[in-house]
Amino acid sequence: MLKAFHRLGAPRNFYRFAGTTSRWLGWGALLLALPGLYLSLFYSPPDYQQGESVRIMYIHVPAAWMSLFIYMVMAGSAAVMLVWRVKMAAVFASASAPIGAAFTFLALVTGSLWGKPMWGTWWIWDARLTSELILLFLYFGYMALESAIEGRDTAARAAAVLALVGVVNIPIIHYSVEWWNTLHQGPTVTKFDKPSIHWSMLIPLLLMALSFTLYYLAVALRRARCLVLERERKSQWVRELTGESES
Amino acid sequence: MSFSEWFAMGGYGGYVWASYGLALAIVAYNLIAPIRRERRLLREIARRRRRER
Repeated sequence: MLKAFHRLGAPRNFYRFAGTTSRWLGWGALLLALPGLYLSLFYSPPDYQQGESVRIMYIHVPAAWMSLFIYMVMAGSAAVMLVWRVKMAAVFASASAPIGAAFTFLALVTGSLWGKPMWGTWWIWDARLTSELILLFLYFGYMALESAIEGRDTAARAAAVLALVGVVNIPIIHYSVEWWNTLHQGPTVTKFDKPSIHWSMLIPLLLMALSFTLYYLAVALRRARCLVLERERKSQWVRELTGESES
Repeated sequence: MSFSEWFAMGGYGGYVWASYGLALAIVAYNLIAPIRRERRLLREIARRRRRER
């Protein structure tokens, strides 16, 4: 197991592994999204208070979960890179950032689209919304810092430190609806006792969340392949790789 | 329930479809962009390799 993990640290093996794994994860994501979308848009009932607008939840909530999950994966990879100097961990962290930013953006905009008809406003500066906006800026900061610093390893280390410092924002986002009074509704799924959401809504929600998770891993590995190619463009195996298609 | 009734989403159609549309756009972009970038990179590396020989 550890040996297999070690072998993955070699760019060439990682590149090949990422290609196959990405394909399987991608098909898995699609396979979950189809019943997920069917249940979200047709089968699940309208909410007794929010009517049909509740269907935004099946995009909004998984997107918000992803924004936190991807940040944790990114910060985790960054930590592995700092401690054990695993180059492929740096690659994966860097490949994750734009996807995390995209999901954060999606969560914010769908939240707005849900807030307008339900709360009567596109935006309020409450704890949940503000801390999620800060998360978007953390992603942007990570990406900007990484591209602004000359020298790949220095840039990766600086960005990794920023990612780790930013982790403090994650519990703030999660608990914001409990710590402060807000328009945003409290958690209904991640409560320690029984979830207070009906299974007809819970199942599509979980299907969409799992689909998003597989999708994230699939496209992050795709992005990682590009980064590996860029890093290794001078190496023998990349030359051989591009030579194959030529002859 | 008719299609137009379903599509109207009880009057929230604009908000609901904007959400799903944006999600689809973001998902599609993040899938297509790295695939195209990788293809371009491989072509570029192959071209440079030929020139060096």
